[in-house]
Amino acid sequence: MATSIVNADSMLAIDVGAVNTRALLFDVVEGKYRFLARGTAPSTAVAPFRHISEGVHLAIEQLQNITGRTLLGEDQRVIIPSQADGSGVDACVATISAGNPLKVVAVGLLEDISTQSAQNLASATYAQVVDVLSLNDRRKQAARIDSILRLRPDVIVVAGGTEKGASQSVMNLLESVGLACYLFPEADRPEVLYAGNQSLTEEVKSSLESFSFLHLAPNLRPTFEAEQLGPAQAELAQIYRIVRSKKIPGVQELDSWAGGNLMPTANAFGRMIRCHSRFTPNPGKSALGVDVGASATTIAAAFSGELTLGVYPQFGLGESISGLLSHTTTEEITRWMTVEVSNDYIRNYLHNKAIYPTTIPATAEELALEQALARVVLRLALRKASSNFPRKPGAAASNLLPSFDPILASGSVITEAPTRAQSLLMLLDALQPTGYTSIWLDQYNLLPALGAAAAVNPLLTVQEASDVIPLGVVVSPVGEASYGTPALRVRVTYETGDTATKEVKYGALEVIPLPAGKNASLSLQPLHRFDAGWGQGHGGSVKNVPGGPFGIVIDTRGRPLRLTNDPAKRRELLKKWLMVVGG
Amino acid sequence: MLAPVTHILPVTTIQRERLLPIPGTVIARRGQKVSPTDVIAEANLSPEHILLDVARGLGLPPAKADKLIQRRVGEEVSENDVIAGPASLGRVVRTPRPGKVVVASGGQVLIEVASRPFELMASISGVVIELVADRGAVIATTGALIQGAWGNGRIDFGLLNVGIKAPDDLITADQLDVSLRGSVFLGGYCRDEAVFAAAADLPLRGLILPSMEASLIPAAMKMRYPILLTEGFGRIAMNSAAFKLLTTNEQREVTVSAESMERMKGIRPEIIIPLPASGDLPIETETFTNGQQVRILRAPHRGQIGTLTNVYPGLTSLPNGVRTHAGDVHLESGETILLPLANLEVLV
Repeated sequence: MATSIVNADSMLAIDVGAVNTRALLFDVVEGKYRFLARGTAPSTAVAPFRHISEGVHLAIEQLQNITGRTLLGEDQRVIIPSQADGSGVDACVATISAGNPLKVVAVGLLEDISTQSAQNLASATYAQVVDVLSLNDRRKQAARIDSILRLRPDVIVVAGGTEKGASQSVMNLLESVGLACYLFPEADRPEVLYAGNQSLTEEVKSSLESFSFLHLAPNLRPTFEAEQLGPAQAELAQIYRIVRSKKIPGVQELDSWAGGNLMPTANAFGRMIRCHSRFTPNPGKSALGVDVGASATTIAAAFSGELTLGVYPQFGLGESISGLLSHTTTEEITRWMTVEVSNDYIRNYLHNKAIYPTTIPATAEELALEQALARVVLRLALRKASSNFPRKPGAAASNLLPSFDPILASGSVITEAPTRAQSLLMLLDALQPTGYTSIWLDQYNLLPALGAAAAVNPLLTVQEASDVIPLGVVVSPVGEASYGTPALRVRVTYETGDTATKEVKYGALEVIPLPAGKNASLSLQPLHRFDAGWGQGHGGSVKNVPGGPFGIVIDTRGRPLRLTNDPAKRRELLKKWLMVVGG
Repeated sequence: MLAPVTHILPVTTIQRERLLPIPGTVIARRGQKVSPTDVIAEANLSPEHILLDVARGLGLPPAKADKLIQRRVGEEVSENDVIAGPASLGRVVRTPRPGKVVVASGGQVLIEVASRPFELMASISGVVIELVADRGAVIATTGALIQGAWGNGRIDFGLLNVGIKAPDDLITADQLDVSLRGSVFLGGYCRDEAVFAAAADLPLRGLILPSMEASLIPAAMKMRYPILLTEGFGRIAMNSAAFKLLTTNEQREVTVSAESMERMKGIRPEIIIPLPASGDLPIETETFTNGQQVRILRAPHRGQIGTLTNVYPGLTSLPNGVRTHAGDVHLESGETILLPLANLEVLV
């Protein structure tokens, strides 16, 4: 099946989500890679089909109808490579997020160190930590074994022992794991990922290889101070592929179409965010990607090419949404709504959505609630993810978002909102960016496809990376003042040489038009010790600011954004903000 | 576009595969007649073990202690049986509980102690038509089938008593009097926890409701009888098809299988009324086409049934601005409204 893909031209990318399966076609047009079309169908991992192939075939058939190209052969497999008659494609990549989260048992020595790192690793994919074993664990060994047997985890992640550090303690912990794995029926044995003290690798292999599906990765915690998740994340992505192949019919075949490179959707998404941080036109800036989906909310932040990936199934807008109130309150949700609803309404909505996760809001009220939920889950996910963001030595933890440029957003609730203004405001309210940034929408779910393609066709990834839709640039100065105090002076210099100057007061949300296809230069002077990204009171300039549907958005509503506790006033304010951005 | 389906059928053949989540023991026999609460298979989902540190107990290194272990893997032992020894000074290691030896090496003996197995119930009245090795069975019956939205995980059966006159009625605790004891009660929308307590006091064998407040979920989960919602949460009237089917089967035996919805496995909460009639297996897959009877899963008009009269090609804008695949649905009230296909289930 696999052909040489280094010089591949056309590519088919398939993504199997919890709700929808998508097939995207890319090909060379006038010497450049172009995204041509997308086919979508309901995902069929669930009953009655319980096989992803029906949804995959329907999505590809729709793509065939749109493009007029034959992509499936008579054997119902993708035709690879492309043929002289124009049928088929040169390469196929695939990503998946469908299915229940992996059940993970995290094993480590110290709770704050290796055990935490094992849990951090689990949060880099669609997983739920169901138990934690550590030296601090007061349970007897038999009780730990029984817990593993009862929980029937998909994966056991073992960390512990810095390099040249603890060894006997690690082996003692592994005894429970080994005994539990031995007692499982062979077909039900879990995958075990060992990412601890590397000097123990041979001992670990001899203890566990016979009773489990053992995987090895470099130490998550080579020293007390350093955490290195990257290599183990890659191994965990492989384990995810293996578990999905075993548990969901059709995944193995899809993986074969992709040459054995099926990826978790979130990992592919994260890979693209990392690409953006490496190729950003603003050196020193980091890239942020956010995806609000049915399976999970994903936060991917790349700092100088180093990716921090957080995948939070508990914050997905699908089946898991009924558990959202164990992480937040109804009041936190109603804070973001422009219509008044009762707490019971919200509780009922969440539980109904969990029963029917593929349904969509068809009334104004439910749309407002869905968009409020998007803000809440994004903020919850960001709070978790930001604890893993790198921090300058000696710097205090901040509750503000670090400066990112660009910010890329994905997920139907955002990208398919009725108006772009709603998309923009959801992102501004949820993420509360600081300084200067540009915001982009991944309307066609290109980012995971491009991320999966990056390993097989980097040129396609680079050329297509600009096909996300720009919303505009946002300037959000940080500081405190009374409402109405001048916070920022903005001078826009257009390509024609004309200039426009505006003084924006604290508490405002303003839009300076700059149409798509046009560029301008920005000169920003914070007032009253506000910080626009160059230090308190220090101004700066940005050249080649691209235009977009919203031009230049100046957001001086405050960081963090504090909403009034008066519900009626708050609803009016939210409506006013929406009108400002073109509602 | 593929359409989710729901079954509200006056007579059909019903086949349900009942499987343990892990290998266990199948108790049922092919051809056996079963009732919903009959146990057809069992397995130890929550095994319990004790680990005896024989080396420490005998005061010996593990390799030497292993030579004094008296029991083999697979051997049954009783409480206080000697497991290893004697070592010097007559030291022995005994098991504090009965069980079976599963590991005996490395100076340790792991014993699986007896624990209460998980019992898999048939969940429907019918006949076992197929056995699945080590996992369970397929059971078949014929009768009426009504699929619901939510259940508290319990299964039971009894004679059906109808306590509502209209699909949007409200259930109150004072409706549940002693004459209903041992029956399955069809009630209205529930907003009062006291209803559950009153049902438990009788006791009832099951409670079928159109809807309830989500705030009552914790109380419903504590009840030992099944509670099944046909529509969901909030004040939602029962859909007319289920209302008609249930109210015309009063005093018949009804099974309430209030299992939680599991989309991956295709498990839904269901009401089954066994009937001595024949019927075909219901259709499980459909695509949206004009003329289908559909149930509405979300506002507006949640829970209502209508006819899909026009499936629009491509994407259509809804009144709230969302663009999606949509169609016109003609309601029983005579009104025709535009709804997203994603919010419809086809009744088959």
